[in-house]
Amino acid sequence: MASIDTGGDSGQKKGPGVKKAKKLSTRVDMTPMVDLGFLLITFFVFTATMNEPTTLDLNMPKDIKDQKEQTEVKESGVLSVMLGKDDVVYYYEGKLKEDGSNFKSTDFKGIRDIIVNKRKEVMGRYVRDPECEAKMAKDKKPLSNCADKDFVVIIKPTKDATYKNTVDILDEMTINQVRTYAMVKIFDQEYELIKKTEEFNKAGIK
Amino acid sequence: MPSVKIARKSTDTDMTPFVDIAFLILTFFIMATKFKPPDVVEIKTPGSVLSQKLPQDNAVMISFDSSSRVFFTILSEKDPQKFTDIINEINTGQNLGLTQSEIANFRNYYMVGVPLSGLKQLLARDAKVAEKERQPGIPVLDSTNNQLVWWVRAAKNAFAGEKLNYLIKGDANSKYPAFEAIIVALKKNEEYKYNLITTKDGGEVSLYETNKSNNK
Repeated sequence: MASIDTGGDSGQKKGPGVKKAKKLSTRVDMTPMVDLGFLLITFFVFTATMNEPTTLDLNMPKDIKDQKEQTEVKESGVLSVMLGKDDVVYYYEGKLKEDGSNFKSTDFKGIRDIIVNKRKEVMGRYVRDPECEAKMAKDKKPLSNCADKDFVVIIKPTKDATYKNTVDILDEMTINQVRTYAMVKIFDQEYELIKKTEEFNKAGIK
Repeated sequence: MPSVKIARKSTDTDMTPFVDIAFLILTFFIMATKFKPPDVVEIKTPGSVLSQKLPQDNAVMISFDSSSRVFFTILSEKDPQKFTDIINEINTGQNLGLTQSEIANFRNYYMVGVPLSGLKQLLARDAKVAEKERQPGIPVLDSTNNQLVWWVRAAKNAFAGEKLNYLIKGDANSKYPAFEAIIVALKKNEEYKYNLITTKDGGEVSLYETNKSNNK
């Protein structure tokens, strides 16, 4: 192992009558020290790199008081996603119908397909917009930015949703390349529908 | 009998250079490691696919735990004067009547999670002892008395002219209203950009990368 070697015995015989001075070895066993050294390295390597927090950017829109300033979105390209209790996700496309017939529920695994399909649907309906495409070409951005410009996801967490749900759905926006999304307060009508669905499901299990 | 003598070679390898390097690395890691201040509350952050680096300086961190208690932390290592500026503004703005020693003591607290009415009492105590005890959290859920608004305003004024990052660190299991109330407090101060602190979510990251490259 690691040790300091200082020569020591050379084994050469000296002439008769020459007294050999007894040489003490100057070797020090450094094994325990080296062991400890590596233990500390391991410790510091692990503490230094593990569990590094990352960050997710969130930009919120300004509260607009003037009706005129509001951005208008095409109803056909809107997907409203509501986060309910116990990781249940509710959604509807476009406008909520009076009777709530287009109000559906899914979970966090299912919502990905719904977002992807809706995005495809909106992009399929895209009529070429030369003005927008010229702008994207100038800014060196992909032309698909024009095709999905009408696609908007509106996120409405209820008070039963957890913070994890909120981050998960924001993550889903990043994963599925949704460029326009907004987080808004839930409407009373929608919350009532969620409550009703929950009660209905409870009754169904019993 | 003639015998062939095999020269005996030592099996000892000189490991000195190896050990030297090892200790050099060790020294580096010891120097480079910065220990985190002990967490007053346990917060388990949710996973996310994005892996941007977290700004560690010139920031205020708003944390909330699983029972929706809200805490306020100032991250300003380069300029400790900011701590004094912020507490001074809170003091004069809210008429708390803090003494000089109480104002100086504010810097010793990593996380503050008491209502403004309890701040004087908290700052009168030794930070090392008081931080270990349970703090009730800054009241935010009552929309007429969202006290985080004052804290954010004080921080915003103290960092006027500099870039100030707003970090939000929340427990994965806390309910949404606490998060919403924090956003409301920031919005009231006309701040719209925040960083949500998350841990890296391994499996989803690869999916995100493929989607991203497909889109190009």
